[in-house]
Amino acid sequence: MHFTKDHEWVRLDGDVATVGITKHAADQLGDVVFVETPEAGKTVAAKDSFAVVESVKAASDVYAPVSGEVIEGNVALATSPETVNADPEGEGWFAKLKVSDASQLDTLMDRAAYDAFLATL
Amino acid sequence: MTDTPLKTTPLNAAHRALGARMVGFGGYDMPVQYEGVLAEHRWTREHAGLFDVSHMGQARIAGADAIAQFERFVPGDYAALKAGRQKYSLLLNAEGGIMDDLMAGKPDHDGLYVVVNAGNKDADFAYLEANLSGDAQLVVLSDRALLAIQGPEAAEVMAAHEPVLAEMAFMDCARLMLFGVDCFISRSGYTGEDGYEISVPNADAERIWNTLLEDARVKPIGLGARDSLRLEAGLPLHGHDIDATTSPVEGALTFALSKSRKEAGDFNGAARIATETADGPPRVRVGLIVKEGAPAREGAGIADLEGTVIGTVTSGGPSPTLGRNIAMGYVPPSHAALGTDLQVIVRGKPAAAEVVAMPFVAQRYHRKPKS
Repeated sequence: MHFTKDHEWVRLDGDVATVGITKHAADQLGDVVFVETPEAGKTVAAKDSFAVVESVKAASDVYAPVSGEVIEGNVALATSPETVNADPEGEGWFAKLKVSDASQLDTLMDRAAYDAFLATL
Repeated sequence: MTDTPLKTTPLNAAHRALGARMVGFGGYDMPVQYEGVLAEHRWTREHAGLFDVSHMGQARIAGADAIAQFERFVPGDYAALKAGRQKYSLLLNAEGGIMDDLMAGKPDHDGLYVVVNAGNKDADFAYLEANLSGDAQLVVLSDRALLAIQGPEAAEVMAAHEPVLAEMAFMDCARLMLFGVDCFISRSGYTGEDGYEISVPNADAERIWNTLLEDARVKPIGLGARDSLRLEAGLPLHGHDIDATTSPVEGALTFALSKSRKEAGDFNGAARIATETADGPPRVRVGLIVKEGAPAREGAGIADLEGTVIGTVTSGGPSPTLGRNIAMGYVPPSHAALGTDLQVIVRGKPAAAEVVAMPFVAQRYHRKPKS
């Protein structure tokens, strides 16, 4: 699993990347009340805002950690946004992307680097 | 944003000890949540929530001319207000814009006791200081903290400490000894629930806060839930839903305009209020239910069914009680009737909305029976 400084995670399986927000991000947001995930077929570039997550207080953008084409958004989050709090790095995934350049993952942090990054916040 | 360090209330250490997440609000370092906004919101609706609102401004206006002078800047009839009662009002500028909304009451026989918003208090007090004349003195009570206890069990919690408090009705106020110290107390709040606001000496605030939290019916509630609770109650937040450009008529706060004062027309903005009352205001604050999609938040456009933008959302979000997205905002009176179908524009996408009555969630004040 790889991580961004904006607190997204990405897990690569073949050329399919599953993307979500980290437990730290979910905890910071508090109760998630609304999630907007991208539709299949949409092309996104790394660092593009491609989803929205909303707590009671505010809406936050979610950025694509890597470039690619959306295969699937997690439509279950539309009716169960609280899954993002309950299992942010599992069932609370946001989207699956067909990655166009797997080498982009090399620019992201691994778990140890992300934990070290969190310790600086 | 400025680099001015945040001020703290006397309960800052208590919030941190409770594990609160702290944010800057109104120039103060304040708790936004403890266990979570939704849980705190629901606890307040079902039990009793305790809020630190010490960031708000407290003052006395004293002197023989206190009421007459105060009434130059507010549209409420404070001369007729009985001792032991308080009244919601609006501090108006010369153009009739709302500089702040406030509570002012007569807890004793020493003029008015006033509570104003944190972010406006310096400006409010400077304005009053500069403009009060004759025998009227503003005395800022910076030596006092302010607690609010709100919810259906708040009255029982407080009665356990002082039985006489059960006899107070909504908007009653008093000055009395509570927890062994000199307090101002009113039966009021900002959640739509029954409850009290209690002004206590700074030095006693943490002791009283902790004493109230010892009751299992009471939990600490942060500003996050305070905002979602007041939104459900249809109560405007100054600086968002009303501001110095908004008149009381536009703000749908005409209940705060006393009939006698409107007839006398002897206060800031009386001419504008008379004109807007007769001819209708250019815009008016309404409640909206958002029927689909994401919450519509401050800044979202409000459009008619043709897609023409006719107004703006001033606050909005999910209603934990209703399980629906609610908002308030401004539209022309032509589109303000209850039941009017409109759209809100969230991130460029229109979503169906409807004008509905406020409060969104019924208020449960402990009103005095009509005599």
